[in-house]
Amino acid sequence: MVFARRISILFVTLLLAGLGGATLLRLAPGFSADERDLDSRLNAGSHEAFEAVRAGERNLGRFYLLYLSRLARGDLGTSRLFSRPVVELLRERLPLTMGTVLAGFAMAWTAGLALSAVSAMARNQALPFALGGFGSALLCVPSALMAVLFYRMDVPASAGVAAVIFPKVFFYSKRLFRASLAKPHVLTARAKGLGDVRVFIWHAVPPVAEELFSLAGVTLALGLSAAIPLEVILDLPGIGQLAWKAALGRDLSLLVSLTLLIGAFTLTANALADALAHATRGAGSNDDSR
Amino acid sequence: MTTAAKVAGVLLLVVTATSLAAGLLSPVSYETQFRESPNAPPCRQFPLGTDELGRDRLARLLYGSRVSLLLAPAAAGLSVALSALIGITAGYAGGWVERATMAAADLFVSLPWLFLLLTVRALLPLNVTPWASILITFLLLGVLSWAPGARVIRAGASALKRSEFALLARASGCPKPRLLWKHILPNLRPLMAAQFWIAIPVFILSEANLGMLGLGIAEPLPSWGGLLAELQDPGRVGGNPVLLAPAVLLTVFLSCLQFVFSKEDQ
Repeated sequence: MVFARRISILFVTLLLAGLGGATLLRLAPGFSADERDLDSRLNAGSHEAFEAVRAGERNLGRFYLLYLSRLARGDLGTSRLFSRPVVELLRERLPLTMGTVLAGFAMAWTAGLALSAVSAMARNQALPFALGGFGSALLCVPSALMAVLFYRMDVPASAGVAAVIFPKVFFYSKRLFRASLAKPHVLTARAKGLGDVRVFIWHAVPPVAEELFSLAGVTLALGLSAAIPLEVILDLPGIGQLAWKAALGRDLSLLVSLTLLIGAFTLTANALADALAHATRGAGSNDDSR
Repeated sequence: MTTAAKVAGVLLLVVTATSLAAGLLSPVSYETQFRESPNAPPCRQFPLGTDELGRDRLARLLYGSRVSLLLAPAAAGLSVALSALIGITAGYAGGWVERATMAAADLFVSLPWLFLLLTVRALLPLNVTPWASILITFLLLGVLSWAPGARVIRAGASALKRSEFALLARASGCPKPRLLWKHILPNLRPLMAAQFWIAIPVFILSEANLGMLGLGIAEPLPSWGGLLAELQDPGRVGGNPVLLAPAVLLTVFLSCLQFVFSKEDQ
């Protein structure tokens, strides 16, 4: 029931986002301009036919319906800048970006969770302080600048994505783990002689799993944003670089399609994360953590 | 406040004061070109050298810091005002208004921020005057980042609406606008202040990313993002480490900001 509700909210949100995208396209300067108007080989009848099609698209409601029907057929339009179908461009570039982002996402989460667990359980404060300093330093560097540093160090772009996501995962999960480890049921488990690792895995993690799943959805969006400057500086032909080129070339059709596609992807990921969080709620509800 | 946080605070003040006094400290303007000395190395006349157009890098760094340091708080102020307006309306109205507003906020938070920023930036003219580009960047950052703050403020407003003092005020016949203005809003000020301070480093970083991608503040006006754009060709940095000066200043400033405020939070 909850999942069905989430799916319907996702669907409505995507429809609204589509309306926003169509409105942006419709209101963009030069929307009704057509280079075929300058083609002197076409006769007056052809020009009138083109004008009739454009007149139909001037009505925002009608334009949106047309836009939606094209989207439903998988037609994202044609890029003005590259003179190629947007779907074709995405098919070429999406795997590289997704590979980079997902690899970075996995690295950041593995390192972030492991180091935050170590920091939360550490009795000596030197290591948490050093890790906190490292995380804070990463938060202070723009991803574009990080790309320059990584280029110098010959490090792959996925490490750049990981560097952007890591501080969020590390600080947030450390705070959650610390709060969870201070709960009375954890103290009781410790008092009964359970080992640190066992207490952490079975008593400290389940109550915060819901929050961690929610954070996962947000950090995916963060990783996709970080891909833009990384791909631009490192000259990687992914959709981040494509978005940048589209922005500089004012190719709104391409840019809106890209944003909608990425938005749909992150919204779906968030919905999945929320569903997982909801599923794990039962695991944490039998203690006094909530 | 610890000694280290005090040092960070003093550094923040020094950078801010230096950038505000750029006109007094720098003998030349950020756009003055010394055509006979392009790409000059650091020397007595140009402590940080000159760029390829012969402009004094130190002057550009000072003026650029001023632009970035004034732009970020202004954008943060706008963002918090918008977040407060939307969050308080949603939290106080409740029902479908609250649900619709939070669905919109979820959409904004879920969308990759830089994709959204690029899309809306591309909709606006790119060949604008430097001052118009400042206004565009400032408005974009402020307007597009309302969602996270609105969620927090909505939660606060919703809790305050159900609080005992609000109930008592309503029972005593206090009109809604007065209740909002005199009782709810003052209690939300600490939340709004926290959102303001959180937004400043985010906007400084966003401006830096936009500037490095060539979509920020237009030349010849300098900003931290615009100055960092010189690093787009990473091969140049090895031969001229002075190019890293804006990056170092930006990182030090943000570290100090984070250090002061994270310690304050604790």
